[in-house]
Amino acid sequence: MRKFLSRPAVQSIIAALLCILLGLLVGYVALLIINPAGATEAIVTILKNYFTYPTAAAARKYLGNTLVKAAPLLMCALSIQFCYQVGLFNIGAAGQYVAGAGAALFCALSLNLHWSICLLAAIAAGGIFGAIVGFLKAYLNVNEVISGIMLNWIGLYSVNMLLTGVKEVASPYTVNLANTNPGAILPSLGLDRLFSNNKYVTVAIPLSIIFAILIKIVLSKTVFGYEIRATGIARDAAKYSGMKEKRNVIVSLFIGGALAGTGAAFLYLTGYEQWSVTQSSVPGMGFNGIAATFLGGLDPIGTIFSSYFIQHITSGGSYLDKNIYPSQISDFISAIIIYLCGFVLFFKLFLTSVMKKKNTKTEGEGGDR
Amino acid sequence: MEEKNEYAIEMLNITKRFPGIIANDNVTLQLKRGEIHALLGENGAGKSTLMSVLFGLYQAEEGTIKKDGKTVEIKSPNDANALGIGMVHQHFKLVQCFTVLDNIILGQETTQHGLLRKDLARKKILDLSEKYGLKVDPDALIEDITVGMQQRTEILKMLYRDNEILIFDEPTAVLTPAEIEELMKIMKNLANEGKSILFISHKLAEIMAVADRCTVLRRGKCIGTVNISETDPNALSRMMVGRNVQFVVDKKDAEPKDVILHVENLTVPSKLHNNNAVNNVSFDVRAGEIVCIAGIDGNGQTELVYGLSGLENCTSGKIVLNGKEIQSAPIRSRYAAGLGHIPEDRHKHGLVLDYSLMNNLVLRSYFEPEFSTKYGFLKKPQIQEYAEGLIERYDIRSGQGATTMARAMSGGNQQKAIIARELDREPSLLLAVQPTRGLDVGAIEGVHKELIAHRDKGNGILLVSLELDEVMSVSDRILVMYEGEIVGEFDPKTTTPEELGLYMAGARRKEMGKNA
Repeated sequence: MRKFLSRPAVQSIIAALLCILLGLLVGYVALLIINPAGATEAIVTILKNYFTYPTAAAARKYLGNTLVKAAPLLMCALSIQFCYQVGLFNIGAAGQYVAGAGAALFCALSLNLHWSICLLAAIAAGGIFGAIVGFLKAYLNVNEVISGIMLNWIGLYSVNMLLTGVKEVASPYTVNLANTNPGAILPSLGLDRLFSNNKYVTVAIPLSIIFAILIKIVLSKTVFGYEIRATGIARDAAKYSGMKEKRNVIVSLFIGGALAGTGAAFLYLTGYEQWSVTQSSVPGMGFNGIAATFLGGLDPIGTIFSSYFIQHITSGGSYLDKNIYPSQISDFISAIIIYLCGFVLFFKLFLTSVMKKKNTKTEGEGGDR
Repeated sequence: MEEKNEYAIEMLNITKRFPGIIANDNVTLQLKRGEIHALLGENGAGKSTLMSVLFGLYQAEEGTIKKDGKTVEIKSPNDANALGIGMVHQHFKLVQCFTVLDNIILGQETTQHGLLRKDLARKKILDLSEKYGLKVDPDALIEDITVGMQQRTEILKMLYRDNEILIFDEPTAVLTPAEIEELMKIMKNLANEGKSILFISHKLAEIMAVADRCTVLRRGKCIGTVNISETDPNALSRMMVGRNVQFVVDKKDAEPKDVILHVENLTVPSKLHNNNAVNNVSFDVRAGEIVCIAGIDGNGQTELVYGLSGLENCTSGKIVLNGKEIQSAPIRSRYAAGLGHIPEDRHKHGLVLDYSLMNNLVLRSYFEPEFSTKYGFLKKPQIQEYAEGLIERYDIRSGQGATTMARAMSGGNQQKAIIARELDREPSLLLAVQPTRGLDVGAIEGVHKELIAHRDKGNGILLVSLELDEVMSVSDRILVMYEGEIVGEFDPKTTTPEELGLYMAGARRKEMGKNA
């Protein structure tokens, strides 16, 4: 049992669960303060999410909705994680996501292209946004956080301008994808039938999981992963060994950007959401990806589950009684959990030291006998 | 009980375990008042751990520490300070942009009504520096003064806090020969004034010169404590490594053959200053000889190596390796052309500290077909097998074998890993920069043997060393570097350390190219 508990993977999971528990607790307290009467019901609603629906078929349908949004979140989380391995904090994932969304929707709505071309455009756009940050970092040593955040805004307003040509006449939203260009919608391969004919369920969901597994393999098993991790943790040693450390930085950020761009295509090419060309804040997907990455213990496989969980409570929050609680409450709770995710590492250290103490204690007792 | 009070500090039956290793196994160390007590041992023998226990950085699992015969508990360096224990770390802990005075009083500032009274502190410091012969300029900035003066600042820091027990952790590793001599004098002065000194070292000559008694550790165990007056270097080294060690390097005369490395008018810019760190340097290294670059640290040796290995771009000049011009080639193709490099800074360049030992052992070759498939996957079983072979052949010791994190290994074994990695590739030209820095006599002997064996296979070696002993005993030809230029070429058989010293200090220079 003790041996099981001292395994790093197990500790990561326990630490993540502790964070979630604590986050829910703080969220519950916040609900109590706003309105004590409905707090218990509210927190249960958030956790239940689609189970709120009475029939299994309806629950399945809305599980589908949660998954549709979890897939892009997972892609953004993978983007941040990949760059983190090279020692870079890719806060620009949000902007790369925006670039991907803009490219995908422009190709789909303005140019009437096939979904595969739209997807490739999103990958390229996200990748280029990432590579710009990487280039600035590698050759001019510009901090990737600063250049990433600046690029987020450049991306947002460029995309707003780009998509103004395809917006609905009466609203700021882009025109309906399914009506305008059904060929641009990602194929569902029959997956929609598993979720009570939820037409938004597409290959995006399994693909995002495959991407997670691929990233895991690339990082731990390949020459490329060996190089970029070495570049991340010991840049001088990487240079000494003859690796092209500048190239590695740019390539990693390109891949990170491409992942975030793919995430955007995975959402907008389902038709689930339309882009509002008047929005003045960068979509939160890229930022939530940071949380998912850390909650997932910086492991691609763990991130699959953490991404789902974060989306689960975010979706659950939309079922709250808006007369009692402000609509931001679910964002608030997920923000708390996200905030606590930073403590995953702290909890891990704490667990390790507790386990160590226990070990030495029993050894000492053994000596006494 | 009078007997007991003879000791200032006693560490009795100390045991400290780390995962997979017992760093100190029932070690006893007794420090008499007013003596210089040397602590001798190989790398990884447990010297640093023992001192960390005394200084409160680690807690021992078993054993007691007594001060003046009374049991004390030292849970943090603050406790140690309160007991009058001070330590000069191997890497100084000074604030670079503060003056000597500010550094000394840092944490113990003299104040009046909440305002600093540096004049009081200055008087105390000047008194101390006069009393013990510690020459410092209180108003100089740390970044501007020599390493020797930085060390004296550290010593004054201890004295300023009225510490009675002074720990010196390998204090001579960073000093020039003249500075070492001065430090020895200072230590003797301190002991005469009643301070008790613990002197950690693996340099036998220094221990013989300065210590009263010596405790020897080997693989975490206490081998014994001896009076220096009753022992000799051979006996000490036998205690330390458990066998006889040869001090004279056993080697045949060099048989230099073709030129392997040809350097012509090489100029490398300096990172720190605006001038050229290496200025118009030319020399050759032939197959089957060890050419040594001697000089005092900071005279362009580092930059010369950076220029040769490709870590830094050369501004002008030619480097020809095995007939191929490589001065503007990328690092990897220089290695492919036959270059090997044991770097000066093993933590910065030599190792990825958070990689396992086996991943570090293939840092140069992970991309080769031997260790990776054509689809870009690493062949983990082959890497592990290869690593285990090297570990066996070069006797690299670590807690968990090939899967140990490099960070968790002792400095000597980290160095062995780098040497194993570089030599196993059989480079026709090996750049060995201070390959024995921080190693103990047993390990140094091993490294020197490896270098000579490599030479005898018909390879060239360019050795950069700050240790004159090493320069004199290992090299076949000596080039002295001073302020970025080569100021003399010598044959170790006909020159003397004194003569080299004059050239190293810039007092003399030869017109290069005119001597044989």
